[in-house]
Order: sequence, then structure tokens, then C-alpha cells
Amino acid sequence: MIGQENNSKGFFLSIDWVTILLYVILIVWGWFSVCGACYDFNNTDLFSWETNSGKQIVWAGTSLVLAAVLLLIEKRFYDTAAFVIYGGLMLLLLVTIVIAPDTKGSRSWLPIGPVKIQPAEFAKFAVALALSKLMDKYGFNIKKPKDIGKAIVLIVFPMLLIIGQKETGSALVYLAFFLMLYREGMTGSLLFTGFAYVVYFVVGMKYSDEFITNMPVSIGEFSVLLLAMIFTIGMVAVYCRKPFAVKLMSYICFGATLLAMLFSIFVIPFDVCYVMLGLCVLMIGYIVALAIHTRLMRYILIAAFGITSVALYYLSSNIFDHMANHQRIRIEVLLGMKDDPRGAGYNVNQAKIAIGSGGLLGKGFLNGTQTKLKYVPEQHTDFIFCTVGEEEGFVGAAGVLIVYLLFIWRLIVVAERQTDTMGRVYGYCVLSIFLFHLFINVGMVLGLTPVIGIPLPFFSYGGSSLWGFTLLLFIFLRMDAERNLKRL
Amino acid sequence: MYEYRKFVLAGIALTIVLCYIARLAFLQLTSEEYKSRANDNAFFNNIIFPARGVIYDRNGELLVYNQPAYDIMVIMREINHLDTLDFCNTIGITKAQFDERMELIKDRKKNPGYSTYTQQLFLPQICAEEYGVFQEKLFRFHGFYIRERTIRRYATDHGAHILGDVAEVSPADVEKDEYYSPGDFIGKQGVERSYEQELRGVKGVEVLLRDARGRIQGNYRNGAFDRKPVPGKNLTLSIDTKLQALGERLMEGKMGSIVAIEPSTGEILCMVSAPSYDPHRMEGKQRGAQMMEMQRDPMKPMLNRAISGTYPPGSTFKISQGLTFLQEGIITTSTAYSCSHGFRFAGMKVGCHAHGSPLPLIPAIATSCNSYFCWGLFQMLSNRNKYKTIQDAMTTWKDYMVSMGFGYKLGIDLPGEARGMIPNAEYYDRRLGRWSGLSVISISIGQGEVTLTPLQIANLGATIANRGYYITPHVVKHVEGGHLADSLLVKHHTKVEKKYYDAVVEGMRKAVLGGTCRGANTPMYEVCGKTGTAQNRGHDHSAFMGFAPKDNPKIAIAVYVENGGFGAHFGVPIGALMMEQYINGELSPISEAKAATFQSRHINYGTRER
Repeated sequence: MIGQENNSKGFFLSIDWVTILLYVILIVWGWFSVCGACYDFNNTDLFSWETNSGKQIVWAGTSLVLAAVLLLIEKRFYDTAAFVIYGGLMLLLLVTIVIAPDTKGSRSWLPIGPVKIQPAEFAKFAVALALSKLMDKYGFNIKKPKDIGKAIVLIVFPMLLIIGQKETGSALVYLAFFLMLYREGMTGSLLFTGFAYVVYFVVGMKYSDEFITNMPVSIGEFSVLLLAMIFTIGMVAVYCRKPFAVKLMSYICFGATLLAMLFSIFVIPFDVCYVMLGLCVLMIGYIVALAIHTRLMRYILIAAFGITSVALYYLSSNIFDHMANHQRIRIEVLLGMKDDPRGAGYNVNQAKIAIGSGGLLGKGFLNGTQTKLKYVPEQHTDFIFCTVGEEEGFVGAAGVLIVYLLFIWRLIVVAERQTDTMGRVYGYCVLSIFLFHLFINVGMVLGLTPVIGIPLPFFSYGGSSLWGFTLLLFIFLRMDAERNLKRL
Repeated sequence: MYEYRKFVLAGIALTIVLCYIARLAFLQLTSEEYKSRANDNAFFNNIIFPARGVIYDRNGELLVYNQPAYDIMVIMREINHLDTLDFCNTIGITKAQFDERMELIKDRKKNPGYSTYTQQLFLPQICAEEYGVFQEKLFRFHGFYIRERTIRRYATDHGAHILGDVAEVSPADVEKDEYYSPGDFIGKQGVERSYEQELRGVKGVEVLLRDARGRIQGNYRNGAFDRKPVPGKNLTLSIDTKLQALGERLMEGKMGSIVAIEPSTGEILCMVSAPSYDPHRMEGKQRGAQMMEMQRDPMKPMLNRAISGTYPPGSTFKISQGLTFLQEGIITTSTAYSCSHGFRFAGMKVGCHAHGSPLPLIPAIATSCNSYFCWGLFQMLSNRNKYKTIQDAMTTWKDYMVSMGFGYKLGIDLPGEARGMIPNAEYYDRRLGRWSGLSVISISIGQGEVTLTPLQIANLGATIANRGYYITPHVVKHVEGGHLADSLLVKHHTKVEKKYYDAVVEGMRKAVLGGTCRGANTPMYEVCGKTGTAQNRGHDHSAFMGFAPKDNPKIAIAVYVENGGFGAHFGVPIGALMMEQYINGELSPISEAKAATFQSRHINYGTRER
């Protein structure tokens, strides 16, 4: 399984050193941030094994060793063992649920000797391998419901296991694989549908109890129904190329809504939403009629989208009530429905203060007061970006984001140059995971996305996540390094 | 296939990063708010209170000092399993008081700085013994802490009105001066108030880092931003405590005031206001209750009558009239007016006692002839050769009075000074319409509308002793490491020349040798004096104004005893004893016996509200 020695020079040059350079930059930068976050007035030795900064050096060092080893393991191994690895890790996730001790309500940490590891961090590469192996198979067609169904099962199964560990945040990361599926040809409407559902939920929840001035009309309900019309008609316009139907639906829906609004404002105030609900039913009925008439599947799907859009709003309050309490509060705080800086909003509020106080150039290395004095909870793990913002200021924080952007851009370039589907799929899996982590983690620190407890790759303190990301990345770099060998 | 979608994904990544950079710019570059909130979070300014300056008398005797006291502080969220009963018993409060205090702390309206994480004042100023007991049990009372403060203690029983007191700042004080925070102490009365700036010093600050749980994590940058407290300056009063003590003793059971001034410096040697109170009553946490009790007392012991009480000066005022008439040329030292048991003119009558007639100025002063000064003022106000109108004449008269320190505040370095009353032409125009010298004639003998504070009467004595000028009277002789305000050292010249003062001094000397002030005569030094018997609705007030020795005077004094009868009755003997005490440093056995007599001679004021 050791690499081909006869071609070692060419192989060495085939390794993508740009990615490795960015990887090292992020790890070193991350280490300094961990130092800032963990610096303790009583223990000023940054390199002591007692401190998190000292431990992080060990994690980083072992990660580099791990990276070197991974570069030596041939792609052929993964090609053969992908499903075995997948199965093994799924078993580990299952076992974890049973034997892991309860830490703060989650059962995701396995104590192994002096260290604790989180299998959920390692399962990502297994899923990525299984997906790339599956999609590399001859005859795999993402358009076939059966094939894409298999892929979705591979993704959803670990999600369920991780939700079983009460780590919903980590589970959501697996949704990132849909980005890869999109690149591989999955219809964009699926991504758009997901996006639309999130928008309905956010808008509907946030404004359900607010009313348009002088009208008995809930802003949330009105907006969701209007968006449902726009999105549905838009889908017909994009996917069906039937200008007549689009015009007809637009005129009737928007015209009637406008008339109802005017009537409500100037004649008798009434809830316009009833009219809009009727219009939606009419619109969906028309699309169903088109489906029957043309016998095209896409009409049925669009009709289904329309129905779920409307249904989702009326169900979402129900869903909302059945969410776990801490998640509901997180969402309420995020949506600005609750202003409670000492309670649920504390993390986000303190994170904003820490970052905001950094200014342009920051307070300097180890001089951040907010992070040092533990105003930001989880500052060395999930909220590590606060330390960057506070100590290194706008320049440092924007710098980190730009390095990440370069890193993701490089992964796209490397993924696209793969000569086989397996490499490309795996590459897109890797970049999707990193992009999702970046999006959620930095977003929550900046108060833009919900507080979902997932780490910022290479920055957040912790061995499991660092090893997990290294594993994910360097398997891909090895695959990439072999792209030329095949031709020989 | 679908390779174009790499641009979509790259676009998504780019959009996310750009959005986040924009958000970072908004948070970090547009507003200072987060910076100040971060500082509020992290920095705990631990105030270090400076020692308040101590106060000495003119002989270096300690009057006011500081003693450690202990405040009980509480951090609400750290309280657990508190045995309330034990706690209350230990510090000697009831359960109801405990609950009330807790409610008060939690009331954000009354306690705007409330936080469950930080120390709140639970009970101020427990004494050392209570502290000892509490300290032993402190480990049982989670969340309670001790904060050391100092309280003001008095080493003397005298001079309460001069010394004043300190108390917690009022919300208005905090509003006015940002130096203060709620819970600080500030001078409320006396020199404690007027010399607050000097006495308080400058608070120090220790910039500490406080973590999210409110725990202190050490000094910020090793104390680079710390500031040491600057101790308050010590004060030396011009008061002679022995003299003050004698004055308070002599005024026992009477209402009124004694003010003694060193004429050459304007330093106040004693300032007695009777009834007075023991300054110890203002110490520590009992102050509020004591204040309340004294404010309810109809005798008003809190009122500093020496500077806040305004009285008709009676005959002591005649000296100022004689000086004015001489300077204005209305009379000469040889001008004599007749007196037939008083001043009678055009139906107007001001009574006088039996003495020879007619009299020139010096014997008129010595015998305190009313008629002489009534004639003088009448002549002045009626003199249409010198003054075009009576208003002009009156204005001239008023200017003389003001130049002698009457009618306006003298500017003593104590709070609460009254200005007294010197009427002017506009006043009479408004009140009387048409008026003549006769309508206002009683002001010439210190009656009618004229009122002075005892301080102003004493200051008249000092002016005469100096033969024509006075220095703003003040009670602080020296500020350690500082200096007195220039306004306290200014020489104020009156409008009357020195030579005329020599004449009235002769009159005052005669009054002591053989006139109304015979009781003040002593072979030890030459006393000059003038009695006053001020008519009012009740029994006459007894007054004395004088100085000694005649040449190079060391003390000028005013004694004012409410409802004491003739000036010679209380004023003269008390004044004589005071001068003897100051000049000789002690009382002779005979004088001591006399002092004891006057100490026990009380005046019955009834319980009428004053």
C-alpha cells in the first residue's frame, strides 16, 4: 500500500503544495488564536501541556504526521475499502450512542485513554468516500431517482445516528453534501426548494405576530403566501417554458391580491390572506391541470412545491412548538424575536461585543479582554473567531476569511482537474464541508446564522476536529497527486 | 457536464465571504459602542478612597479625625443557604429590616447600579466590635463581604456648627459633581462642607480585570492605568478650643451667639451658637436619626445663629452711625445734641434713659444716648444743602453701612451665612411712599428694619479695633499644603477715615470706664465696648460689642443673648469673661466663679416655635 518509489520525484511534485501551504497557514493562525482564547493570567506558559494552547500544538503536530501518512496511502486502498470504512464508522457512531457518557446532554464523545474523541468528526470522510465510490460506479445517473436515492441514504443515515447522539449541529453539516450533488448534476430546484423552505420558516416565524399597519393582516402570513406564489410561478417560468401559463397566473394572482389589498385598505378591512390562500389553491389546481394535460412530471413536482410551500407555513408554528427548547430559543434569538442579552442571546451578544471592540487593527496578540476574561462562552472552540476579531481586528478577521476563500477556491480548482469521478466527487465533498463549516460558524459568531455548535476548521481548539479535517483533506490531496500517475 | 456549476459554488463561497466581511466592517469599524461595552464588561474600577483631611484648632489640638469603619456588602447571586435569623442577630437588625434592605438593593430606581454579580452596599458603617463578631461568622454567610471605609470622629465636644459633618452624597450631589458616586461621603455642614474640595483629597483607582462571572482576575497591564489616591489636606482652624468651650459654657440655657475675631487677621477665635449640640451625635450611622431629632427641636440647635441668625443690633449699631455722621460732616466731635429722656420732634418720640444733656459724641457713646444718634440721622437725611433729595442722603448712608460689612454676606468660609438687612431709599419708597428722616429714625439706634448677624456685629468691633478696615472673617487659619482663598485675606476699608475711628474708640473706652459697659472694666488691659439692648416683640435682647486691648487689639467680640434684657445684664459680663480667657489664657478665680454663675443663669424661653 506504500506509494510507488520509482516515481517518487514526480509524485512529490504532483502534490498540491498550494493547498498544503494554505492548510499550514490556517493551522498556525489558528494556533495563535487558540493561544489568545486560552491565555490565562494564572498560567502564562503558552507551551505547557496544561494549557489548551500547549495541547493544540500536540494536535497540530500529530495532524502533520497524520497528513504525511495519508499522503502515502494509495487511492486504490480507498477505492477498495470505501464502503468498509463507511460501515465501520457507522458502527462506531452507533456504538457511541450507547456507550458515550453524557456530557452536557450530548452523547458524542468517546473517552479513549487520556483523550476524548468525537466520532462524528471522523465520519465525514467516510461518507465522502462512500459517496464518491458510489457515484464513480459505471452507469450511476444522478437523474435516476433510484441512484440519487442511494446517495441520499448514504448522507441521511449518519445524520440520524448523530441526531441520536443529541448533536443536531454536527448532523446538519452532512447537508453540505447536497452542494456536491448539485455540482454532479442534481437538479438545482432541489437546492432552491431547501432554500425556499428556510426563507418561509424564517420570515413566517419572525413576522407571524406583526401586522401590516391598519390591516388585520399578519406580515408573516402575507409574505409567505406572496413568496409561495412568486417562487411557484417562477419555477413554472424557468422549467416549463410556457409563457402563456406564467402570464395568466401572474396577472390573476398578483392582480387579485392587489385588488384585495385596496379593498381592505379603502373599503372594509379584512384579512387579505384568505383571498391569497384561495389564489394559491387556484394556482396549484391550474398547475395540476397542466400536469394532467401535458403528462409532464415537472408540473407535478412544481405543484408539490406549491402545496408544501403553503402547508409549511401553517405547519411551521406547529413544528416550532415541538422543537427542543434550547433550539427554539436559539432560533427566536437569532430572528430577533427575543432580546435577552443575559439569557439565551448571551453568547451571540458577547461575541458581537468582543468582535466589535477589536476595531480596525485589534487589541494585539494576547491583549483581548473579552475573550481572556471568558465573556464569550466556548471561545476557544465554537466561538474562536471572536478572538481573531478582538485581537487582530478587522484586518485579521477579514484576512482569515480571505485565506479561507482562497482555500475553497483552490479546492474547486483541484477538484475540477481530477480525471475521474471519484476524485472529483470526493473533492467537492471536502470543499462543501469546509464551506458549510465556514458559513455556519462565522455566521453564528457574527450573529447572522443560528447558533449551531460546529467548529471552525483548523481554528477551533480540539484534536478530533483537527484530525477529522486533516483526514478529509489529505485523502483528497493523495488522490489528486495520483492523477498523473494513472497516465504513466 | 455541469462544469459551469463550479462557478455557482465559487459564487456562493465568494458571496458568503463578502457578506461576512461587510458584517465585520459594520461591527468593527462603524461604531464605538462595542468598544465601550467591552470596557464595561472587562474593567472594574476599584475605587480607593483617600483619607479625609483631619482638622486641628489654632493651637494644634486635634478636633476631627478618621476611624476605620466597615460596610457590609452583598453579592446577590452568591447568597445561598443563608441563615437569615443568625445573620440578623449577628449584626443586630430585625428580619423586617433585612427584607426591607434587600428590597431596596433590588429596586433599580433607587439603586441604578444594581447587578447581581457585583457588590452592593447592604449595611454601612458597622463599628469595630460588630465587625469582629461578624468577621468570625462571615464564612457562613456566602455572598457577604466587608468593605473598609473610614468614618469621621470628633475629638472635641465643642464647635459643632463650625466643624459640621459628613454624610453620604445625595443624588443631587452626584448630579452636580461627577467626582461623586452614590455611597461616597461629602461634607454637609460647617467647614466639612465649605472645605470639601481640600478635605476630600482625590480618589484613587485600581483598574482590575473582571471575568464573566464578576471575579477579579488581577490588575490590568500590571497597574499601568492605576492611580494612587491623594490624601485630603489637613485644616487648621483659627478657633481657640478653650475659648470656644468657655463660650458654649457661658451660653448654656440661653439662645444667642458669641463671635470673637482677631482684628488684625480676620481669624475667628470662637463662634458660639446657642443652643448647640455635641458633634459626636453626627458620627457614623446614627447621624440620620440624630439629625431628625434635632430638626424637630423647637430651639433649633442645628441653626448656626452666629451667621444665619439676623437680629436688630440695638445700640451697638450707634458706633457706625457716629462714624458716618463724622465722615459726612454732619457732626464734629464737639457737636452736642440735647436729650430730655429721649428724642422728641414733631410728635415723634424715641425714649432714652436719664443722663446729662446736652452731650457731645464721646459721652453720648459712653451713655448710649438714643437722642444723639436720632438727631444725627435726622440732620443727615434732612440736609438738602449736601444731598439733593432724601433718597440721595439715604443712599449715601447705605453705602457707609455696606462699606462696614452690613447688608451683604461678609463671605465667611462657612455655608449658610445670612446677609442681614440694611434698608435703602428704594425700599422706603416702595414701603412708605412719602417718607422723611423721622419715619426711619429708629434705624439710627439699630432698631426698625436694620438687622445684622452676630458675625457682622463682631466684625464691626474688629473694624473699630483696626481703626477703619476689616479682613473677611474666616474660621480656617491654614490649609496644609495649600493656601486660603484670596477673598479671605483681602483688607476691606470702610468709607470712614481713621481719625474718626479714634474718636469713637474714646467713646467706647469711656463706656467701659464709666458708662454702660462698666462691668467689662479690668485693670489688666484696656477694654473698649458698647452695649446693646435691642427691643423686639418679647423681652429685650442683650448685646455687647467690644475689643481689647485698646491699642494693638487682640480680640474683638460680639455677644448676643436673645431676650437677655439690658446689654449690661448678659452681654457685658459674658464679653468680659471671654476677653479675659483669650488675653490671659485663663480665668482668674473670681472670674471663674462669675463664669459658673452665668453658666447656671438660664433664660426661660417657653416652648414657643421660633
